[in-house]
Amino acid sequence: MAGVAKATTLDGAGEPKAKKGKAPIAETLALAQKEISVAEFFERNRQILGFDSPVKALITAIKEATDNSLDACEESGILPDILIEVHKTAHADELRICVEDNGPGIVKRQLGNIFGRLLYGSRFHAIRQSRGQQGIGISAVVLYGQLTTGHHAVVTSKIGVGHPAVRVEMGLNTKKNEPEMFNEAMDESWTKPSGTRIEVTIKAKFQGGRQSAFEFLRSTSIVNPHARFTFLDPTGVKTVFERVTDEVPAKTTEIKPHPHGTELGTILKMARDAKQRKLTGFLTEEFSSVGSDTARKILSEAKLENVDPKDLSREEARRLHEAFAKVKIMAPPTDCLSPIGEQLVRRGLKKETEDVSPEFITTVTRPPSVWGGHPFQVEVGIVYGGTLPAEEQVRILRFANRVPLLYQGGGCASTVTVQDVDWRRYGLDQRGGNGMPTGPAILLVHVASTKVPFTSEAKEAIAPMEEIQKEVKLGLQEAARHLGRHLAKKAKRAKVSEKFTLVNKILPELAKKSAAMLGKPTPDLSTIVCKIMDVVWIEDPIVAYEKLEGQTVMVRKKAEKAEAGAPAPGKEAKGEKDAKGDKKAKGKATLEAFAEAALETAPADGAPAAPEVQQKPAHLAKSTITMTNYMMGSKKFRFFVVVPETSVFVSATPEPKTVKDRYLMWEIPAMKPTEKLALTYQVAGVEKGGVDDVETFVEGINELHVVGADPWRGGE
Amino acid sequence: MAAAPKTKRSADKAEREQVALKSLQAIATQVYTHLSKAVIPEVQLPSRNKGNIVFDEKHRVWKYGAEMTTRSAKSVDGAYMLLRTMYLSDFIKEMIDQNKSSTLREMYYISEGWDLAKFHSQDESDLLGEDLEVMTTSMREDFKLRPEENGAAIVGDLKVVETIRNNQKRTLHCQDDVGETGYHIPYNVEPDRLAFKDVKADFVVAIETGGMFARLVENEFDTKNNCALVHLKGQPARCTRRLIKRLNEEHDLPVVVFTDGDPWSFRIFASVAYGAIKTAHISEYLATPTAQFMGITPSDIVNYDLPTDKLSEQDVDALKAELVDPRFDDDWWRGEINLQLEMNKKSEQQALAKYGLNFVTDTYLPEKLTEMGILK
Repeated sequence: MAGVAKATTLDGAGEPKAKKGKAPIAETLALAQKEISVAEFFERNRQILGFDSPVKALITAIKEATDNSLDACEESGILPDILIEVHKTAHADELRICVEDNGPGIVKRQLGNIFGRLLYGSRFHAIRQSRGQQGIGISAVVLYGQLTTGHHAVVTSKIGVGHPAVRVEMGLNTKKNEPEMFNEAMDESWTKPSGTRIEVTIKAKFQGGRQSAFEFLRSTSIVNPHARFTFLDPTGVKTVFERVTDEVPAKTTEIKPHPHGTELGTILKMARDAKQRKLTGFLTEEFSSVGSDTARKILSEAKLENVDPKDLSREEARRLHEAFAKVKIMAPPTDCLSPIGEQLVRRGLKKETEDVSPEFITTVTRPPSVWGGHPFQVEVGIVYGGTLPAEEQVRILRFANRVPLLYQGGGCASTVTVQDVDWRRYGLDQRGGNGMPTGPAILLVHVASTKVPFTSEAKEAIAPMEEIQKEVKLGLQEAARHLGRHLAKKAKRAKVSEKFTLVNKILPELAKKSAAMLGKPTPDLSTIVCKIMDVVWIEDPIVAYEKLEGQTVMVRKKAEKAEAGAPAPGKEAKGEKDAKGDKKAKGKATLEAFAEAALETAPADGAPAAPEVQQKPAHLAKSTITMTNYMMGSKKFRFFVVVPETSVFVSATPEPKTVKDRYLMWEIPAMKPTEKLALTYQVAGVEKGGVDDVETFVEGINELHVVGADPWRGGE
Repeated sequence: MAAAPKTKRSADKAEREQVALKSLQAIATQVYTHLSKAVIPEVQLPSRNKGNIVFDEKHRVWKYGAEMTTRSAKSVDGAYMLLRTMYLSDFIKEMIDQNKSSTLREMYYISEGWDLAKFHSQDESDLLGEDLEVMTTSMREDFKLRPEENGAAIVGDLKVVETIRNNQKRTLHCQDDVGETGYHIPYNVEPDRLAFKDVKADFVVAIETGGMFARLVENEFDTKNNCALVHLKGQPARCTRRLIKRLNEEHDLPVVVFTDGDPWSFRIFASVAYGAIKTAHISEYLATPTAQFMGITPSDIVNYDLPTDKLSEQDVDALKAELVDPRFDDDWWRGEINLQLEMNKKSEQQALAKYGLNFVTDTYLPEKLTEMGILK
């Protein structure tokens, strides 16, 4: 019975009318048929919104409130500073939750609509990447509190200096889906220049573990590296999830719907509301990626005249919709997305996995792609080693539009795709080459999109769309390749370090003992050492960072940033310059000459002239890489160090042969057996830790005899 | 370094020790010379595995063949082995100088003070002791290393004249002067330490288990059949095998071996008669080529309808390994091994008790020994 009523109401057909029918039974039935408001519907179906259990209710409440805070801060360019408090109440099964932000605040007249009315919001109609979308979230929390505890929520908001902080008690009239506000007052104790605070008392339970409020905030902190969260749990423990960057993410922009992602009903509605007089104008102005040429092709495919869109019949709209699929239309713009970025994901992961001291972290941001007319972008991270359990299944951290997904992991596109990758070839255990891999690793998958295809309204899992899975898989594979390389390097090192024990400890002992037994002098071992080692050993860099307090460094402006357009096609390597020492050293490529040449170069002569520069405060990183020739003959080769794209080269000793945006290259002159060489270079404009795990490469030497660097596969 | 071992048993003890010292010195010299010439040091020795044993026609025993293994300092394991060899040689030199000896176990504990060269288990140190024998052709007794007493014993109508402390000689009759556990075989049974006198026994029965040895002693099998009973105590120690060989060679006593009916017991017989793989470098000194296997044979299990156990996986693997072991490469053994694999069963010596405590001495042994032509 309820099902019938729901169907009727949710049809969108307005009030059910009791038609004059011949069947008296329908008349009888009609007496029981009445409107159910959206609010009433959700009241009875709370699991749809993520309130199925008291534990989950707490996380959902925190999630909805923080989502709103983060979105609001981002839209206003504010660095979010969010306080989350969970307090015990007189009743064991009720908790009081307060979430307070430093966002722009909400004007008084909108407080009721936002907190006391379902399906009201600014983002529902906008096509852009944002956390909340439907305008259900926070008002559902208010409703849930009201239902389970009878308490009204308390909302306080201040929209700026000179405006009072307004405090109001908020309820929700479920019949009318309207806010009910009481006891409006000024909050004298409010101190922040602007911000919003919501307090709700709900039926909830606090607990630890993976699906806990704490883990939710920890995960949220990873994908929101610009935000600070302060969490006060009911036992009084305070945790600060500190931000790792001071840069607010680029504001996401709104785009028009793309024809491929538009449904027939939407087309009809858009046509009805159209301001344009002609279909061509309607198509080019109301949709993205449709130019006049494409618009004409669509009309011709749909066999439509260039009529006024308001006159479009249902049948004609249907032909138009079909034509969308047949005519070749450009992909939607993707610059509306705001990925976190490889560097920031990495730093977020690093900070939040400090307790397990991982040995390796890698991140991948895939180029934007499109599913069903909606742009999306995938980011992937892998944390490996440390004290992570080696015998257990890897843990997957799933995110959508910077929001952690804690439930329904099994059916999520991210999980399904992780299981579809053959992890064995990258160094993780996996029975049969599919299913969940085992090993000391955490995987991160973030999908950002103007429309994330969630499996349900609770937004707990991403539906397995082919295009999204493909991108996730590519991202995972790329990150996995990094991991594989790291593990291979590590294995090679372990093997060689065994040889180190051999040549540095056992052999000298053997020489000493045999000499003592025979009463002879201890023999020299250097040649044998090289015979046994037979490698050029390159050590991991030792890096020191110095914060350039109050100073700025010249940073080359990147093409991508200069033009706020599509990803820059060709990254031109600017600022290439030959080391001045190189020319002088020509003809006598010995180590001495090399070192001499290096000394002649002034150590800190500033950045090389670059066409476009910008001022940026940053760290100065001084990195030293030591290499030893443990081979029988003299060895010369080219050595490459990859530097972060945003960094600027300051100096190096010896002088590199080539300085490019992405790498430095040295010509290492012939090193004699057991000879050591230390390279030092300084780059500015990097984040702290930014050159800790730089990739190094060699060229012109058999890679099998090199430990600590990969073979160079050509430049950019 | 790996020349065929010459028998140096005739030489006197001091002389043998000096030869051993020289051989050890030669290894040290080789390592030192390699190091000073920038050659990665290495030593070679015969491969000590089943694939490298060949039948020595002259001594009619199985010995190491021509295949050599190289222990090179190129690998960490090889380098450790060489370093330990140096330390062990040095230790042996010290013992010879001071006229001391140590047990293999003591040697293992001594290595605690060798820093990097210390052994991680006694198996490692025992193995290196054997390697040194193989490399130098001296015997571990010459290195002043001796095994633990293993408690193997002999009962029978013969006398032993042993050198006791203070170089006194003492003569014992192996029936009248010993308890029911018999005369305990010492670790050194060389003629200068142990001589036989008045050997009246007609043959030797070597017995695997203590239980069966005690049964034959209690049933007075030795006196009733005029034979010597030797308790092998599982895989027999070198001195037990050496003693059996001396009785066989010096006093012409036929030897029969009486064990359980399983693949491991076949190997016990092989080490008595053919030579063990681990000690193949001294097989001609330890093995008794004319020793015969009496039982329990797989055929006995069938013929006497003995109580059985099922073969374990390891048993089956061991039998299969024996099928490709050159020492078992004859029709009789192939037939018996295949029979056992086929019936998938094994029996212990003491399973004969199924027919009463006297069955083994009254029926089984007389039948088998008559069949083998030892009893008439």
